[in-house]
This record gives sequence, structure tokens and C-alpha cells, in this order.
Amino acid sequence: MQLVLEFLALPFVQDVLKILFILLLFAMPLGTFMTLMERKWSAAVQDRIGPNRANIGSYRGRGLLHIAADALKSIFKEDLIPKGADKFLYTIAPFFSFMSAVAVFAIIPIAGPIGDFKFQVTDVQPGLLFIFAITSLGVYGAVLAGASSNSKFALFGGTRASAQMISYEVFLGLSLMGLFMVYGSTQVSAIVEGQGEHWFGLIPKWGVFTQPLGFVVFFTALIAETKRAPFDAPEGESEIVAGYFVEYSGMRWSSFMLAEYIAIVGVAALITTLFFGGYQVPWLYHWESAPQWLVTLLQFGKFASFTFIFCWFQIQIRWTVPKFRFDQTMALGWKKLLPVALLNTVVTAIIIVALA
Amino acid sequence: MREYLPILIMILVGIGLAGVFTAISILFGPKLSTETKQTPFESGFLTQGTEGQRYDVKFFMTALVFLVFDVEVVFLYPWAVQIRELHWPGLIAALFFISVLVLGLVYDWKKGALEWE
Repeated sequence: MQLVLEFLALPFVQDVLKILFILLLFAMPLGTFMTLMERKWSAAVQDRIGPNRANIGSYRGRGLLHIAADALKSIFKEDLIPKGADKFLYTIAPFFSFMSAVAVFAIIPIAGPIGDFKFQVTDVQPGLLFIFAITSLGVYGAVLAGASSNSKFALFGGTRASAQMISYEVFLGLSLMGLFMVYGSTQVSAIVEGQGEHWFGLIPKWGVFTQPLGFVVFFTALIAETKRAPFDAPEGESEIVAGYFVEYSGMRWSSFMLAEYIAIVGVAALITTLFFGGYQVPWLYHWESAPQWLVTLLQFGKFASFTFIFCWFQIQIRWTVPKFRFDQTMALGWKKLLPVALLNTVVTAIIIVALA
Repeated sequence: MREYLPILIMILVGIGLAGVFTAISILFGPKLSTETKQTPFESGFLTQGTEGQRYDVKFFMTALVFLVFDVEVVFLYPWAVQIRELHWPGLIAALFFISVLVLGLVYDWKKGALEWE
């Protein structure tokens, strides 16, 4: 027993446990659930019933079994590599997509710290900047997949994806500038800590209230980064079929799809953490005698429910807003979001310096 | 540097998971390859020409504009974090910097580097 406790106290073991927890028990299950929820919710929006046929005997679980059915189906699909494709690049392209989708969760705190123990995989000082540096490698996933498939449609998709993703990265970084100013740090724990305070003991100091413009730009840029509708010109089902991963099949294709749905969860978790107080439960400080375990549980509940709401919100956006043409996507970015983000930065800076 | 190790592990886990998926596909997928199946998808038409032809110069322009703006944004981060300590002198310097940035944007705009029609 003693030995087990000592083993669990090792920093390296704790890191691995935290990573396995947040990936295998939070991000991946929620991501796979999103695949079903997207279909179910799109059905609800279009007044259909949606998938409900997969069954074990008479048990159908309201379509839940479709997740397992999908997985089984893609496992036993033929693994095709088109003629003339660059096999090595073709194989490693999904790795980039998957890695960049997963890396976000390294800095997301899912509950408040207890003493020295943080419910966060790591709390590096450059925080968000470091993570954006890694997630921007996701561009390679789309570009390599497009370039290595030896297919014109894939190449079109890959080229579009590269232009769109690098463009929206600029606005992504710029929209957070105001947030860094308000909370005076790029470290995620400091930003979340700062959002735990209240104005007049009433309104929580969430990022969405201190940086409303930043929130809009950031959310838009993140949706464009995940290449989801309304910014899905790189995947454009109606013109270039599936864009950069048109030649992929079986589990290789699944890793692209799963990466996309994990990225949805990642986006929701980032929005919650940066603009909706993360794990901070508003007004909880009034209840001073609350037991620690209950506080932690409430914090995790708040974080998880907000994350789920924003996952749903992204799906709702996809099935509500008509998609942009590619030139409209780029024009929206460079001609609207960029000036707005710059203006937001300047105005925030002037207000903060004037008040300091 | 100790706290960067988990990020490395995280990346390796991500690559590992994708690797497992690919391996599953290679192991369990049937291999019934035919000539037609191997040809790249082209909406049911016969493949014409090869890929890797010329592409629009606008993609190249976008990459150039991105390079300028992204690097300049990076320069602003240290100022954003230290804004309260740097106070007015810092703000004036940053505003000058941003106005150069805006001039660049206006120039790109007028030159048509942002047009996609």
C-alpha cells in the first residue's frame, strides 16, 4: 500500500495518469459522442429522427450503438493507397491532425487546485502561446494529406486548408491580446484565477464580459481553424467532395474525423477556460464552509457542462449558418476580423493604461 | 524545463493513438486492390493530366501577408503581458508599432493582395 502511494506521488507517474485521464476519460469519449450528437442534432434541426437502427437484439439505445457500429465498420474497411501517392507522407498526415487536436488538453485545468496538486496536466508559463505553436502544426496534417494523395481534389482541399488555417491563426493570436492584458499573463492558471473575481461581488469577471469583441473573434477564428461549417471550403462536400482526405479510407479516415471531433471538444474547452471562467463557479466564495471535495466536484461539473454546451453550440452553428465561399472566408478574416481584433487590442490597452 | 515534459508525452500519445488507428486499418482491412480502385478520385471521370500543376498566386500572397502579421503579433505579446508596468511610454511605443502594422494592412488592401475574386 505504502509502495503504491509512493509510486503514485512520483511526478512522472502523475503526469501520465493525468494525461490518460483527460484524454481517455474526457476528450476521446466526448469526441466520439459528438460524432453521434452531430448526426442526431442535424436530424432534429431538419425534422428527422436520425440514426436509430443499430441494435443488439431489441436494444437500440436511442442510436447510441451507432458509435460502436461506425467504429467496427471503419475497422473492417479496405485500406486504400492511391497509385502514385507518397506512402510515407500519406501515412503520417493524420498523425499531425490527431496530435494537434489532442495537444490542447495539456493546458486545460478541469478543476481548481487543491494545495500543490493541480487538476491540469501542465502549467507552463508561456501557456497558450506554446500550445498554439503546437496546434498550428495541424496545418501540416491537411497540407500533407492533400499533397501526398496524388489527387486533384485533395490538392485543392489541401491548398485551401493551408491558406485558411494560417490566415485565421493571425486573428486567433491577435484576439487573445486583450485577454493577456486584462489578466496580465499568458499562463492559463493565472487567467482562470483572474476570472474568479467579481465586480461588486455580483458579476463574475469572466473573459466574455471583459473582452466581448475578443471572444467573438476568437470563437470565429477557432471554428475556421477546425475547418468546420460555415468555414468548410477546404472540405467543401459539394465541390471537392471531402477536400484533403478524399483518398483516405478505413481507420486512417477515421483518425481525421475523430481528430476533428476531438478538436471540437478542445475548442469548447478553450472557450470555457479563457472566456467563461474555466472551472470557476460564480458566487461560490460566499459559501465558505463548503467541503473541499464538493467544491472540486462543483468546479469540474461547471467546466464539463460549459464544455458540453459549447460543443453543442458549434454543432448548432454548423446546421444553422449557410457556408461561406472560399473568397468570402478570406475576406471576412482579413478585412473584418483583423481590423476588429486590432481595434480591440488598442482600445483595451488604452483603457487599462488609463485606469492603472 | 520539467513542466514541458508532459506536453511532449501528450504529443507522443496523440501520435501513438493515430498510429494505432493506422495499424488497425492495415491489419484488419481486406486487401482486394484493383487497378480502378487505385486511381485517384475524379468524380467518376477518367483521370486527366497530373496533379502539381500551376496554382493561384493568391495562395502565395496570403502566405506572405501571414508571415508579416503573425511575426508582428508575436512582437506584441511581451508588451501585452507587461502593459501595467510599461504604462504610457510602452503604450505609445506599441501604438506606433501597431500603426505601422495598420499601414501595412492598408497597403496590402489597396494593392489587392486581399482580393480573392
